[in-house]
Amino acid sequence: MNAASAATGIAPATQPGPPLWLLAELTYRCPLHCVFCYNPVDFARTSTELSTGDWLRVLREARAAGSVQCGFSGGEPMLRDDLEELVAEAHRLGFYTNLLTSGVGLTEARASALKQAGLDHIQLSFQDSTRELNDFLSHTKTFDLKRRTAGIIKSHGWPMVLNCVIHRLNIDYIEQIIELAVELGAEYLELANSQYYSWAEINRDGLLPSREQLERAERVTNDYREKLGDKIRIFFVVPDYYETRPKKCMNGWGNVFLTITPDGTALPCHTAKMLKGITFPNVRDMSVQDIWYASPGFNHFRGDSWMKDPCRNCPEKEKDLGGCRCQAFMLTGDAANADPVCDKSPFHPVVQDAVAYAQVPDARRTVVKPLVFRDPKVSRQLAEASSTPLGAHLSAPEKNSRSPPIL
Amino acid sequence: MNAPQAAIALDARPRVAGHFRLQWEEVQKAWVLLYPEGMVKLNGSAGEIMQRLDGEKTVQALIDELESSFETSGLTQDVLDFLAIAQRQGWVKP
Repeated sequence: MNAASAATGIAPATQPGPPLWLLAELTYRCPLHCVFCYNPVDFARTSTELSTGDWLRVLREARAAGSVQCGFSGGEPMLRDDLEELVAEAHRLGFYTNLLTSGVGLTEARASALKQAGLDHIQLSFQDSTRELNDFLSHTKTFDLKRRTAGIIKSHGWPMVLNCVIHRLNIDYIEQIIELAVELGAEYLELANSQYYSWAEINRDGLLPSREQLERAERVTNDYREKLGDKIRIFFVVPDYYETRPKKCMNGWGNVFLTITPDGTALPCHTAKMLKGITFPNVRDMSVQDIWYASPGFNHFRGDSWMKDPCRNCPEKEKDLGGCRCQAFMLTGDAANADPVCDKSPFHPVVQDAVAYAQVPDARRTVVKPLVFRDPKVSRQLAEASSTPLGAHLSAPEKNSRSPPIL
Repeated sequence: MNAPQAAIALDARPRVAGHFRLQWEEVQKAWVLLYPEGMVKLNGSAGEIMQRLDGEKTVQALIDELESSFETSGLTQDVLDFLAIAQRQGWVKP
Protein backbone atom coordinates (compact mmCIF):
# COMPACT_ATOMS: atom_id res chain seq x y z
CA MET A 1 0.00 0.00 0.00
CA ASN A 2 1.27 3.48 -0.73
CA ALA A 3 1.92 6.00 1.97
CA ALA A 4 -0.88 8.37 1.05
CA SER A 5 -3.70 5.87 1.22
CA ALA A 6 -2.18 4.22 4.29
CA ALA A 7 -2.23 7.58 6.02
CA THR A 8 -5.97 7.99 5.54
CA GLY A 9 -6.83 4.34 6.04
CA ILE A 10 -8.78 4.53 2.82
CA ALA A 11 -7.64 2.15 0.13
CA PRO A 12 -9.40 1.34 -3.08
CA ALA A 13 -10.88 -2.13 -3.19
CA THR A 14 -9.03 -2.79 -6.39
CA GLN A 15 -6.41 -0.83 -8.25
CA PRO A 16 -8.28 1.56 -10.54
CA GLY A 17 -7.57 1.67 -14.26
CA PRO A 18 -5.82 4.65 -15.85
CA PRO A 19 -7.33 8.16 -15.97
CA LEU A 20 -8.52 7.69 -19.54
CA TRP A 21 -10.25 11.05 -19.75
CA LEU A 22 -8.34 14.23 -19.00
CA LEU A 23 -10.40 17.40 -18.86
CA ALA A 24 -8.19 20.48 -18.93
CA GLU A 25 -10.21 23.43 -17.70
CA LEU A 26 -7.85 26.10 -18.92
CA THR A 27 -9.65 29.12 -17.54
CA TYR A 28 -12.81 30.21 -15.75
CA ARG A 29 -12.91 33.37 -17.84
CA CYS A 30 -15.84 33.33 -20.23
CA PRO A 31 -17.63 35.87 -22.39
CA LEU A 32 -20.97 34.16 -21.72
CA HIS A 33 -23.09 34.27 -18.59
CA CYS A 34 -25.04 31.03 -18.77
CA VAL A 35 -27.56 30.41 -16.03
CA PHE A 36 -26.79 26.65 -16.02
CA CYS A 37 -22.99 26.84 -15.97
CA TYR A 38 -21.39 24.02 -13.99
CA ASN A 39 -18.31 26.05 -13.05
CA PRO A 40 -18.17 26.62 -9.30
CA VAL A 41 -20.37 29.43 -8.06
CA ASP A 42 -17.30 30.98 -6.42
CA PHE A 43 -15.15 30.66 -9.58
CA ALA A 44 -14.12 34.33 -9.32
CA ARG A 45 -11.97 33.42 -6.28
CA THR A 46 -9.57 31.68 -8.64
CA SER A 47 -6.99 34.24 -9.58
CA THR A 48 -3.92 32.39 -10.77
CA GLU A 49 -4.20 30.15 -13.78
CA LEU A 50 -1.64 27.47 -14.54
CA SER A 51 1.12 28.62 -16.85
CA THR A 52 1.78 27.17 -20.29
CA GLY A 53 4.70 25.23 -18.83
CA ASP A 54 2.51 23.75 -16.09
CA TRP A 55 -0.06 22.58 -18.62
CA LEU A 56 2.56 21.05 -20.90
CA ARG A 57 3.86 19.06 -17.93
CA VAL A 58 0.32 17.99 -16.96
CA LEU A 59 -0.29 16.77 -20.50
CA ARG A 60 2.91 14.73 -20.52
CA GLU A 61 2.28 13.23 -17.09
CA ALA A 62 -1.32 12.37 -17.85
CA ARG A 63 -0.43 10.73 -21.15
CA ALA A 64 2.26 8.67 -19.44
CA ALA A 65 -0.35 7.59 -16.88
CA GLY A 66 -2.58 6.35 -19.71
CA SER A 67 -4.89 9.28 -20.48
CA VAL A 68 -6.05 9.08 -24.04
CA GLN A 69 -8.92 11.55 -24.45
CA CYS A 70 -8.06 15.17 -23.74
CA GLY A 71 -10.71 17.86 -23.54
CA PHE A 72 -9.76 21.53 -23.54
CA SER A 73 -12.51 23.35 -21.75
CA GLY A 74 -13.22 26.22 -19.39
CA GLY A 75 -14.75 28.81 -19.08
CA GLU A 76 -13.93 29.61 -22.66
CA PRO A 77 -10.67 27.90 -23.64
CA MET A 78 -10.26 30.17 -26.68
CA LEU A 79 -9.36 32.93 -24.21
CA ARG A 80 -6.01 31.21 -23.59
CA ASP A 81 -3.64 32.37 -26.31
CA ASP A 82 -1.45 29.30 -25.72
CA LEU A 83 -4.28 26.96 -26.72
CA GLU A 84 -2.64 26.09 -30.05
CA GLU A 85 0.62 25.23 -28.29
CA LEU A 86 -1.17 22.97 -25.80
CA VAL A 87 -3.17 21.24 -28.52
CA ALA A 88 0.00 20.64 -30.54
CA GLU A 89 1.72 19.01 -27.58
CA ALA A 90 -1.36 16.90 -26.75
CA HIS A 91 -1.51 15.77 -30.36
CA ARG A 92 2.20 14.95 -30.44
CA LEU A 93 1.75 12.85 -27.29
CA GLY A 94 -0.98 10.76 -28.93
CA PHE A 95 -4.06 12.19 -27.26
CA TYR A 96 -7.36 12.42 -29.10
CA THR A 97 -7.87 16.15 -28.69
CA ASN A 98 -11.28 17.76 -28.15
CA LEU A 99 -12.06 21.44 -27.88
CA LEU A 100 -15.20 22.39 -25.94
CA THR A 101 -16.06 25.92 -26.88
CA SER A 102 -18.84 28.46 -27.06
CA GLY A 103 -17.33 29.46 -30.41
CA VAL A 104 -16.47 32.94 -29.24
CA GLY A 105 -12.94 33.69 -30.41
CA LEU A 106 -12.75 30.82 -32.88
CA THR A 107 -11.79 32.88 -35.89
CA GLU A 108 -10.75 31.43 -39.22
CA ALA A 109 -7.12 32.20 -38.40
CA ARG A 110 -7.21 30.39 -35.06
CA ALA A 111 -9.16 27.49 -36.55
CA SER A 112 -6.43 27.04 -39.16
CA ALA A 113 -3.76 27.14 -36.47
CA LEU A 114 -5.67 24.58 -34.38
CA LYS A 115 -6.07 22.33 -37.41
CA GLN A 116 -2.36 22.53 -38.01
CA ALA A 117 -1.72 21.77 -34.34
CA GLY A 118 -3.63 18.52 -34.80
CA LEU A 119 -6.93 19.24 -33.09
CA ASP A 120 -9.21 16.23 -33.67
CA HIS A 121 -12.64 17.53 -32.77
CA ILE A 122 -14.69 20.52 -31.70
CA GLN A 123 -17.77 20.51 -29.55
CA LEU A 124 -19.72 23.69 -30.04
CA SER A 125 -22.24 24.70 -27.44
CA PHE A 126 -25.51 26.29 -28.46
CA GLN A 127 -27.90 27.66 -25.95
CA ASP A 128 -30.91 27.45 -28.21
CA SER A 129 -31.86 27.67 -31.85
CA THR A 130 -33.92 30.81 -31.76
CA ARG A 131 -31.92 33.95 -31.75
CA GLU A 132 -33.81 35.79 -29.05
CA LEU A 133 -33.82 32.93 -26.60
CA ASN A 134 -30.20 32.12 -27.31
CA ASP A 135 -29.13 35.64 -26.60
CA PHE A 136 -31.25 35.78 -23.52
CA LEU A 137 -29.96 32.51 -22.13
CA SER A 138 -26.33 33.17 -22.79
CA HIS A 139 -26.87 36.84 -22.04
CA THR A 140 -24.83 38.02 -24.94
CA LYS A 141 -25.10 38.46 -28.67
CA THR A 142 -23.48 35.30 -29.82
CA PHE A 143 -25.97 33.48 -31.95
CA ASP A 144 -24.86 34.70 -35.38
CA LEU A 145 -21.30 34.11 -34.37
CA LYS A 146 -22.04 30.51 -33.49
CA ARG A 147 -23.60 29.96 -36.84
CA ARG A 148 -20.46 31.31 -38.49
CA THR A 149 -18.29 29.23 -36.20
CA ALA A 150 -20.16 26.08 -37.15
CA GLY A 151 -19.35 26.91 -40.78
CA ILE A 152 -15.64 27.29 -39.95
CA ILE A 153 -15.64 23.95 -38.10
CA LYS A 154 -17.21 22.14 -41.03
CA SER A 155 -14.96 23.78 -43.61
CA HIS A 156 -11.91 22.39 -41.81
CA GLY A 157 -13.36 18.90 -41.92
CA TRP A 158 -13.71 18.43 -38.18
CA PRO A 159 -16.46 16.18 -36.89
CA MET A 160 -18.82 18.41 -35.00
CA VAL A 161 -20.74 17.77 -31.85
CA LEU A 162 -23.37 20.36 -31.13
CA ASN A 163 -24.19 20.53 -27.48
CA CYS A 164 -27.32 22.22 -26.33
CA VAL A 165 -28.19 22.38 -22.65
CA ILE A 166 -31.91 21.76 -22.34
CA HIS A 167 -34.17 23.17 -19.66
CA ARG A 168 -37.58 24.57 -18.90
CA LEU A 169 -37.09 27.67 -21.06
CA ASN A 170 -35.92 26.04 -24.28
CA ILE A 171 -37.20 22.47 -24.12
CA ASP A 172 -40.33 23.37 -26.07
CA TYR A 173 -38.13 24.40 -29.02
CA ILE A 174 -36.54 20.99 -29.44
CA GLU A 175 -37.65 20.71 -33.10
CA GLN A 176 -35.88 23.95 -34.00
CA ILE A 177 -32.74 22.85 -32.19
CA ILE A 178 -32.62 19.52 -34.06
CA GLU A 179 -33.39 21.18 -37.40
CA LEU A 180 -30.58 23.64 -36.83
CA ALA A 181 -28.12 20.86 -35.98
CA VAL A 182 -29.01 19.12 -39.24
CA GLU A 183 -28.71 22.35 -41.20
CA LEU A 184 -25.25 23.01 -39.76
CA GLY A 185 -24.08 19.49 -40.62
CA ALA A 186 -23.39 18.27 -37.08
CA GLU A 187 -22.42 14.59 -36.77
CA TYR A 188 -23.63 14.42 -33.19
CA LEU A 189 -26.18 16.40 -31.25
CA GLU A 190 -26.24 16.29 -27.48
CA LEU A 191 -29.52 17.44 -26.01
CA ALA A 192 -28.32 17.47 -22.46
CA ASN A 193 -30.86 18.41 -19.87
CA SER A 194 -29.32 20.66 -17.30
CA GLN A 195 -28.04 18.82 -14.26
CA TYR A 196 -28.52 20.76 -11.08
CA TYR A 197 -25.08 21.77 -9.89
CA SER A 198 -23.43 25.13 -9.33
CA TRP A 199 -25.26 27.93 -11.23
CA ALA A 200 -27.96 25.55 -12.43
CA GLU A 201 -28.58 24.57 -8.83
CA ILE A 202 -29.18 28.20 -7.86
CA ASN A 203 -31.55 28.54 -10.81
CA ARG A 204 -33.18 25.14 -10.45
CA ASP A 205 -36.75 26.30 -9.97
CA GLY A 206 -36.55 28.31 -13.17
CA LEU A 207 -34.84 25.57 -15.17
CA LEU A 208 -36.33 22.20 -14.25
CA PRO A 209 -38.88 21.28 -16.94
CA SER A 210 -42.28 19.80 -16.23
CA ARG A 211 -42.93 16.11 -16.86
CA GLU A 212 -45.16 17.03 -19.76
CA GLN A 213 -42.42 19.14 -21.36
CA LEU A 214 -39.91 16.36 -20.90
CA GLU A 215 -42.10 13.63 -22.33
CA ARG A 216 -42.94 15.73 -25.36
CA ALA A 217 -39.26 16.51 -25.98
CA GLU A 218 -38.33 12.83 -25.79
CA ARG A 219 -41.13 11.93 -28.18
CA VAL A 220 -40.06 14.57 -30.68
CA THR A 221 -36.43 13.46 -30.40
CA ASN A 222 -37.37 9.84 -31.08
CA ASP A 223 -39.42 10.87 -34.11
CA TYR A 224 -36.41 12.73 -35.50
CA ARG A 225 -34.11 9.79 -34.79
CA GLU A 226 -36.36 7.61 -36.88
CA LYS A 227 -36.62 10.18 -39.64
CA LEU A 228 -32.94 11.09 -39.80
CA GLY A 229 -31.43 7.63 -39.32
CA ASP A 230 -27.63 7.58 -39.50
CA LYS A 231 -27.37 11.16 -40.69
CA ILE A 232 -26.90 12.50 -37.20
CA ARG A 233 -26.63 10.79 -33.84
CA ILE A 234 -28.81 12.42 -31.23
CA PHE A 235 -28.18 11.92 -27.53
CA PHE A 236 -30.87 12.91 -25.10
CA VAL A 237 -29.88 13.22 -21.46
CA VAL A 238 -32.80 13.37 -19.03
CA PRO A 239 -32.61 15.42 -15.85
CA ASP A 240 -31.89 12.85 -13.17
CA TYR A 241 -34.49 14.42 -10.85
CA TYR A 242 -37.07 12.48 -12.88
CA GLU A 243 -35.39 9.14 -12.21
CA THR A 244 -35.87 6.81 -9.26
CA ARG A 245 -32.36 5.39 -9.41
CA PRO A 246 -29.28 7.59 -9.51
CA LYS A 247 -26.77 7.81 -12.32
CA LYS A 248 -23.43 6.02 -12.02
CA CYS A 249 -21.79 9.39 -11.75
CA MET A 250 -18.59 9.81 -13.81
CA ASN A 251 -18.73 6.03 -14.27
CA GLY A 252 -17.29 5.81 -10.77
CA TRP A 253 -15.28 8.14 -8.57
CA GLY A 254 -11.65 8.24 -9.71
CA ASN A 255 -12.38 5.53 -12.25
CA VAL A 256 -11.77 7.06 -15.69
CA PHE A 257 -12.17 10.81 -15.33
CA LEU A 258 -9.65 13.44 -14.24
CA THR A 259 -10.40 17.16 -14.23
CA ILE A 260 -7.70 19.77 -13.77
CA THR A 261 -9.17 23.15 -12.85
CA PRO A 262 -7.63 26.45 -13.98
CA ASP A 263 -5.58 26.79 -10.78
CA GLY A 264 -4.26 23.24 -11.02
CA THR A 265 -6.57 21.50 -8.56
CA ALA A 266 -7.15 17.90 -9.63
CA LEU A 267 -10.71 16.60 -9.24
CA PRO A 268 -12.51 13.32 -9.97
CA CYS A 269 -15.40 15.29 -11.48
CA HIS A 270 -16.19 18.84 -12.60
CA THR A 271 -17.86 19.86 -9.37
CA ALA A 272 -16.18 17.84 -6.60
CA LYS A 273 -14.42 20.88 -5.18
CA MET A 274 -17.69 21.73 -3.39
CA LEU A 275 -17.27 18.69 -1.12
CA LYS A 276 -16.25 19.93 2.29
CA GLY A 277 -13.70 17.95 4.25
CA ILE A 278 -11.94 16.41 1.27
CA THR A 279 -8.59 17.81 0.24
CA PHE A 280 -7.88 17.61 -3.46
CA PRO A 281 -4.32 17.64 -4.72
CA ASN A 282 -2.80 20.24 -7.02
CA VAL A 283 -0.67 19.50 -10.07
CA ARG A 284 1.79 22.13 -8.85
CA ASP A 285 2.63 19.88 -5.88
CA MET A 286 2.14 16.34 -7.13
CA SER A 287 2.50 14.27 -10.29
CA VAL A 288 -0.59 13.11 -12.15
CA GLN A 289 0.40 9.50 -11.44
CA ASP A 290 0.49 10.13 -7.67
CA ILE A 291 -2.67 12.24 -7.78
CA TRP A 292 -4.56 9.44 -9.48
CA TYR A 293 -3.30 6.44 -7.56
CA ALA A 294 -2.08 7.76 -4.23
CA SER A 295 -3.90 10.92 -3.17
CA PRO A 296 -6.46 10.69 -0.35
CA GLY A 297 -8.87 12.87 -2.35
CA PHE A 298 -9.01 10.45 -5.27
CA ASN A 299 -9.17 7.37 -3.06
CA HIS A 300 -11.89 8.83 -0.85
CA PHE A 301 -14.92 7.35 -2.59
CA ARG A 302 -13.31 4.47 -4.45
CA GLY A 303 -14.58 1.00 -3.64
CA ASP A 304 -17.68 0.80 -1.43
CA SER A 305 -16.40 0.81 2.15
CA TRP A 306 -17.50 4.45 2.52
CA MET A 307 -21.16 3.63 1.83
CA LYS A 308 -23.93 4.06 4.38
CA ASP A 309 -27.44 2.67 4.40
CA PRO A 310 -29.39 2.26 2.18
CA CYS A 311 -26.46 1.84 -0.26
CA ARG A 312 -24.33 -0.42 1.92
CA ASN A 313 -26.69 -3.38 1.70
CA CYS A 314 -28.35 -2.51 -1.59
CA PRO A 315 -28.27 -5.22 -4.29
CA GLU A 316 -27.87 -2.46 -6.90
CA LYS A 317 -24.87 -0.78 -5.29
CA GLU A 318 -22.43 -1.98 -7.96
CA LYS A 319 -24.72 -0.71 -10.67
CA ASP A 320 -24.84 2.95 -9.67
CA LEU A 321 -22.28 3.17 -6.83
CA GLY A 322 -24.79 5.18 -4.82
CA GLY A 323 -25.06 7.91 -7.46
CA CYS A 324 -23.44 11.31 -7.34
CA ARG A 325 -21.39 12.38 -4.30
CA CYS A 326 -21.90 16.07 -5.08
CA GLN A 327 -25.65 15.71 -5.35
CA ALA A 328 -25.73 13.78 -2.07
CA PHE A 329 -23.71 16.58 -0.47
CA MET A 330 -25.83 19.39 -1.91
CA LEU A 331 -29.17 17.86 -1.01
CA THR A 332 -28.39 16.04 2.25
CA GLY A 333 -25.30 17.75 3.62
CA ASP A 334 -23.33 14.48 3.64
CA ALA A 335 -21.49 13.31 0.52
CA ALA A 336 -21.46 9.69 1.76
CA ASN A 337 -25.24 9.47 1.75
CA ALA A 338 -27.16 7.88 -1.10
CA ASP A 339 -27.84 10.29 -3.95
CA PRO A 340 -31.40 11.41 -3.08
CA VAL A 341 -32.50 10.81 -6.66
CA CYS A 342 -32.78 7.21 -5.43
CA ASP A 343 -36.24 6.50 -4.06
CA LYS A 344 -34.64 4.33 -1.38
CA SER A 345 -32.99 7.44 0.07
CA PRO A 346 -34.74 8.95 3.10
CA PHE A 347 -33.97 12.33 1.48
CA HIS A 348 -35.78 11.45 -1.77
CA PRO A 349 -38.65 13.85 -0.86
CA VAL A 350 -36.24 16.75 -1.49
CA VAL A 351 -36.10 15.69 -5.13
CA GLN A 352 -39.82 14.95 -5.23
CA ASP A 353 -40.53 18.46 -3.94
CA ALA A 354 -38.47 20.01 -6.72
CA VAL A 355 -40.22 17.83 -9.30
CA ALA A 356 -43.63 18.71 -7.87
CA TYR A 357 -42.80 22.39 -8.09
CA ALA A 358 -41.69 21.93 -11.72
CA GLN A 359 -45.27 20.93 -12.55
CA VAL A 360 -46.54 24.35 -11.45
CA PRO A 361 -46.92 26.55 -14.54
CA ASP A 362 -44.87 29.74 -14.38
CA ALA A 363 -48.05 31.84 -14.45
CA ARG A 364 -49.31 30.16 -11.29
CA ARG A 365 -46.13 30.52 -9.29
CA THR A 366 -46.49 32.91 -6.39
CA VAL A 367 -42.83 33.78 -6.10
CA VAL A 368 -40.75 33.91 -9.24
CA LYS A 369 -37.08 34.32 -8.50
CA PRO A 370 -35.10 36.04 -11.23
CA LEU A 371 -32.49 33.86 -12.91
CA VAL A 372 -28.97 34.39 -11.63
CA PHE A 373 -26.51 34.82 -14.49
CA ARG A 374 -22.96 33.50 -14.19
CA ASP A 375 -20.90 36.59 -13.66
CA PRO A 376 -17.64 37.36 -11.82
CA LYS A 377 -19.24 40.05 -9.67
CA VAL A 378 -22.13 37.83 -8.62
CA SER A 379 -19.65 35.03 -8.07
CA ARG A 380 -17.63 37.15 -5.63
CA GLN A 381 -20.80 38.13 -3.75
CA LEU A 382 -21.89 34.51 -3.48
CA ALA A 383 -18.39 33.44 -2.43
CA GLU A 384 -18.35 36.01 0.39
CA ALA A 385 -21.69 34.78 1.66
CA SER A 386 -20.55 31.16 1.61
CA SER A 387 -19.10 30.95 5.08
CA THR A 388 -22.24 29.04 6.05
CA PRO A 389 -21.60 25.29 6.32
CA LEU A 390 -23.29 24.27 3.10
CA GLY A 391 -22.25 27.16 0.94
CA ALA A 392 -24.06 30.21 -0.31
CA HIS A 393 -26.06 28.46 -2.95
CA LEU A 394 -27.79 26.42 -0.29
CA SER A 395 -28.33 29.20 2.19
CA ALA A 396 -31.62 30.21 0.59
CA PRO A 397 -34.12 28.34 2.78
CA GLU A 398 -36.24 27.04 -0.08
CA LYS A 399 -33.32 25.02 -1.42
CA ASN A 400 -33.18 22.88 1.67
CA SER A 401 -36.83 22.93 2.50
CA ARG A 402 -38.54 19.58 2.64
CA SER A 403 -41.96 21.13 2.97
CA PRO A 404 -44.22 20.71 -0.04
CA PRO A 405 -44.27 23.60 -2.50
CA ILE A 406 -47.17 25.97 -2.55
CA LEU A 407 -49.39 25.03 -5.45
CA MET B 1 -25.42 -17.78 -33.98
CA ASN B 2 -27.42 -16.28 -36.80
CA ALA B 3 -26.63 -17.06 -40.40
CA PRO B 4 -23.93 -14.70 -41.62
CA GLN B 5 -25.08 -11.64 -43.48
CA ALA B 6 -23.12 -10.72 -46.56
CA ALA B 7 -22.22 -7.38 -45.00
CA ILE B 8 -18.74 -7.16 -46.46
CA ALA B 9 -17.64 -9.02 -49.55
CA LEU B 10 -14.38 -10.93 -49.66
CA ASP B 11 -13.10 -8.63 -52.38
CA ALA B 12 -14.00 -5.43 -50.49
CA ARG B 13 -11.12 -3.25 -49.32
CA PRO B 14 -12.29 -1.88 -45.95
CA ARG B 15 -10.63 0.88 -43.98
CA VAL B 16 -11.08 2.55 -40.61
CA ALA B 17 -13.85 5.14 -40.95
CA GLY B 18 -13.04 8.82 -41.21
CA HIS B 19 -13.49 10.23 -37.74
CA PHE B 20 -12.13 7.20 -35.92
CA ARG B 21 -8.50 6.79 -35.00
CA LEU B 22 -6.98 3.42 -34.28
CA GLN B 23 -3.94 3.32 -32.01
CA TRP B 24 -2.02 1.01 -29.72
CA GLU B 25 -2.25 2.00 -26.04
CA GLU B 26 0.73 0.68 -24.13
CA VAL B 27 -0.81 1.37 -20.68
CA GLN B 28 -3.91 -0.65 -21.60
CA LYS B 29 -1.97 -3.18 -23.65
CA ALA B 30 -4.69 -2.95 -26.28
CA TRP B 31 -5.66 -1.41 -29.60
CA VAL B 32 -8.26 1.31 -29.11
CA LEU B 33 -10.55 3.22 -31.43
CA LEU B 34 -10.80 6.89 -30.59
CA TYR B 35 -13.56 9.21 -31.69
CA PRO B 36 -15.01 12.50 -30.41
CA GLU B 37 -15.02 12.23 -26.60
CA GLY B 38 -15.05 8.43 -26.69
CA MET B 39 -13.00 5.26 -26.88
CA VAL B 40 -13.60 1.63 -27.76
CA LYS B 41 -11.09 -0.82 -26.34
CA LEU B 42 -10.66 -3.68 -28.77
CA ASN B 43 -10.00 -7.25 -27.70
CA GLY B 44 -7.04 -9.13 -29.10
CA SER B 45 -8.69 -10.54 -32.21
CA ALA B 46 -10.48 -7.30 -33.07
CA GLY B 47 -7.19 -5.45 -32.70
CA GLU B 48 -5.42 -7.90 -35.04
CA ILE B 49 -8.11 -7.38 -37.68
CA MET B 50 -8.48 -3.62 -37.34
CA GLN B 51 -4.75 -2.84 -37.49
CA ARG B 52 -4.58 -4.58 -40.89
CA LEU B 53 -7.34 -2.52 -42.56
CA ASP B 54 -5.75 -0.04 -44.93
CA GLY B 55 -8.31 0.47 -47.69
CA GLU B 56 -6.10 -1.43 -50.14
CA LYS B 57 -6.01 -4.96 -48.83
CA THR B 58 -9.03 -7.14 -49.65
CA VAL B 59 -10.88 -9.00 -46.94
CA GLN B 60 -9.66 -12.27 -48.46
CA ALA B 61 -6.04 -11.09 -48.31
CA LEU B 62 -6.58 -10.03 -44.70
CA ILE B 63 -7.90 -13.49 -43.81
CA ASP B 64 -4.97 -15.18 -45.57
CA GLU B 65 -2.55 -12.95 -43.71
CA LEU B 66 -4.13 -13.68 -40.32
CA GLU B 67 -4.25 -17.42 -40.93
CA SER B 68 -0.62 -17.38 -41.97
CA SER B 69 0.52 -15.19 -39.04
CA PHE B 70 -1.25 -17.31 -36.46
CA GLU B 71 -0.62 -20.61 -38.22
CA THR B 72 -4.26 -21.54 -38.28
CA SER B 73 -7.16 -21.86 -40.70
CA GLY B 74 -10.92 -21.39 -40.79
CA LEU B 75 -10.91 -17.72 -39.66
CA THR B 76 -13.14 -16.54 -42.53
CA GLN B 77 -16.40 -16.57 -40.62
CA ASP B 78 -14.95 -14.92 -37.51
CA VAL B 79 -13.45 -12.12 -39.58
CA LEU B 80 -16.65 -11.55 -41.56
CA ASP B 81 -18.72 -11.52 -38.38
CA PHE B 82 -16.46 -8.98 -36.76
CA LEU B 83 -16.37 -6.76 -39.84
CA ALA B 84 -20.18 -6.85 -39.97
CA ILE B 85 -20.32 -5.58 -36.39
CA ALA B 86 -17.60 -3.02 -37.04
CA GLN B 87 -19.46 -1.75 -40.06
CA ARG B 88 -22.71 -1.51 -38.15
CA GLN B 89 -20.95 0.46 -35.42
CA GLY B 90 -19.57 2.81 -38.05
CA TRP B 91 -15.91 1.94 -37.27
CA VAL B 92 -15.22 0.56 -40.70
CA LYS B 93 -16.07 1.63 -44.24
CA PRO B 94 -16.19 -1.14 -46.87
